[in-house]
Amino acid sequence: MSGRGGALLDLVLPGARAAAAGRGGGATVLGAWAFLWAVTLLRWDRISSTLRGGPADHWLALATLAGGLVACPALARRWSAGAWREAAGGETAGASGAVDWTAFARHRQASVGMVLLVTLVLVALLTPYLAPFDPNAQHAVVATRFLPPSALHPLGTDRFGRDVLSRVLYGARISLTIGFVAVAIAITVGTLVGSGAGLVGGAVDSASMRGVDLLLSFPRLVLLITLVALFEPSLGLVTLVLGLTGWMGTARIVRGQVLSIREEDYVQAARALGLNRWRILTRHVLPNALTPVIVAATLGVGNTILAEAALSFLGLGVQPPTASWGNMVASGRDVMLHAWWIAAFPGLAIVLTVMSFNLVGDGLRDALDPRHARAL
Amino acid sequence: MLRYTGRRLLEAVPLLLGIVTLTFLLLHLAPGDPTTAYFNPNIPPDVIEQMRRNLGLDQPLPVQYLDWLRSFFTGHFGYSFSQHRAVSAVIGDALPNTLFLSGVSLVLIFVVGCAVGIVQAVRQYSATDQLLTVSALAIYSVPGFWLGLMLILVVSAPPLSSWLHLPISGMVSINHDYLGPWARVVDRLRHLVLPVIALGLASAAGIARYMRGAMLEVIGQDYIRTARAKGLSERRVILGHALRNALLPVVSLLGLYLPLLFGGTVVIEWVFSWPGMGRLLYNAILARDYPVVMAATFLFGALVVLGNLVADLLYAAVDPRVRYEGR
Repeated sequence: MSGRGGALLDLVLPGARAAAAGRGGGATVLGAWAFLWAVTLLRWDRISSTLRGGPADHWLALATLAGGLVACPALARRWSAGAWREAAGGETAGASGAVDWTAFARHRQASVGMVLLVTLVLVALLTPYLAPFDPNAQHAVVATRFLPPSALHPLGTDRFGRDVLSRVLYGARISLTIGFVAVAIAITVGTLVGSGAGLVGGAVDSASMRGVDLLLSFPRLVLLITLVALFEPSLGLVTLVLGLTGWMGTARIVRGQVLSIREEDYVQAARALGLNRWRILTRHVLPNALTPVIVAATLGVGNTILAEAALSFLGLGVQPPTASWGNMVASGRDVMLHAWWIAAFPGLAIVLTVMSFNLVGDGLRDALDPRHARAL
Repeated sequence: MLRYTGRRLLEAVPLLLGIVTLTFLLLHLAPGDPTTAYFNPNIPPDVIEQMRRNLGLDQPLPVQYLDWLRSFFTGHFGYSFSQHRAVSAVIGDALPNTLFLSGVSLVLIFVVGCAVGIVQAVRQYSATDQLLTVSALAIYSVPGFWLGLMLILVVSAPPLSSWLHLPISGMVSINHDYLGPWARVVDRLRHLVLPVIALGLASAAGIARYMRGAMLEVIGQDYIRTARAKGLSERRVILGHALRNALLPVVSLLGLYLPLLFGGTVVIEWVFSWPGMGRLLYNAILARDYPVVMAATFLFGALVVLGNLVADLLYAAVDPRVRYEGR
């Protein structure tokens, strides 16, 4: 099928052609497309109430929905166009040191992780439309508390009669936000320290790397607890502290990259051209040092989510009534023997999320380093 | 070797001093102090002032800091505000329990992790290998505190509860003191089962993944082919020739897993009511028990430093190419 008919198919069932051609991404796009339409049709009442003026997080969900519905056909169109170009023999080889996306797509674990991850992010963004109930709504408390999983409450209700599924969905937003923001902070600090140490060298380098070694050797959770417990726990503080205790690995990686890249010919050339240090660093060195940092960041988000969950479990992280997976597990602890679902399901959500980040991180690392892929 | 050990210990001094100083500053910068943390709010202000004076909190910060350092160098660590006895005694009660829990976990993590990794490498791409690879990936992502709770749930539910009778909290049973010597050991070991699994399973999965990769790399080398060509049994090839070299990168992981392990004890001790350092630190922070917090933070740092040193010395023992004398 080609030409007009193909274009129409891309618009109505995006990804179908790619899926038929045996491309894994095609099925994913098709699935996302079906999911987004299902949400739009089934939750039309909530969408229309958003349009009549709803809270900010509903607008975010609406924007995600609209963006997804535009992105799916657009992606399918691009793939189809790419297929023609490939047929014409116009495929260009990727630059060395970059992620080998073909290898990544062929990596089965990484693909599974990526699909899980995209689903998780979509779910987190669309939560106001997906959650069956308000996460903090307490219906007739005594009658509806500790209800086991049923059709109305697929994951049961907690001690205040709140719907566990809705709280797990809202918890995804908290966990992912903290994970992404904290890792962004960690990456920024780590890149600054690492590139500074690598470029300046000498005493600054050895001193800062000694410091990094020392900080790395200290139990992170002990540090986190000491830092957070002393102050009033808040979302911002927890995120900041997680970010400021997670940058050491990145600093090490960036320093190593900078040390090897600064000897490359193109950096020498830039230096010979008389470019200043800052420009050489930002335009020539850092872009080429980025890929291993992306791997570290992906794995870092998973670790950060685990650390946040542990903190919230101890009562030092996200505070109730805000739903976070860690504090939900903690709230289910005392009633575990007669209401197991309160502690069990948020924990499963943590496992699933952390696993998808680990799968993608491993896949990216293999795609970066074919030697490592063979060993695995 | 001795000179190297000495130098490494000397290098650790600024780290530990830095950690303690940072903790000290944070403790005093943070809002609240022991008098607000656990005393009755109806106590008149002049009595509170007297209490602060008794605890030495009215002194200027540098004086308090030097006082603490002095008590630290005498091995006494000052007095606990909340338990009203010497910090050294408080730590003396908790530290062996944590060392017991984390020591047993550490050994099991490496033994189980390496064994699983070897099995996987020997049967690469078999159904066993693939099943273990997928399980290791999943297990690696399981938070320890949740695993602990789920273990409690499983062993307390009908079928297993009547078969195993596993204790779900504490270190010893109530009747421990009345048991015979052998029954005491059994009692302690039974209390250890669940915390060790919760603390170590994820790390063991990580080690297994690493061990599999290291083993595969070694098995592909020429000297292994030579050993097979000599007609040695597969058992001797793997355990006698390959294992030692495959262990090298895994031993170097020890330094990475120690901080993880000690961090994990804080949460796991909380889940299983284990009377160790992690629970001590947590309660001390909430009670603003400054001397205990500082001593516990210091000890966690010191344990990791010592562990890293042992890991490096162990590395030299496993790899004859590494010699520390010359450095």
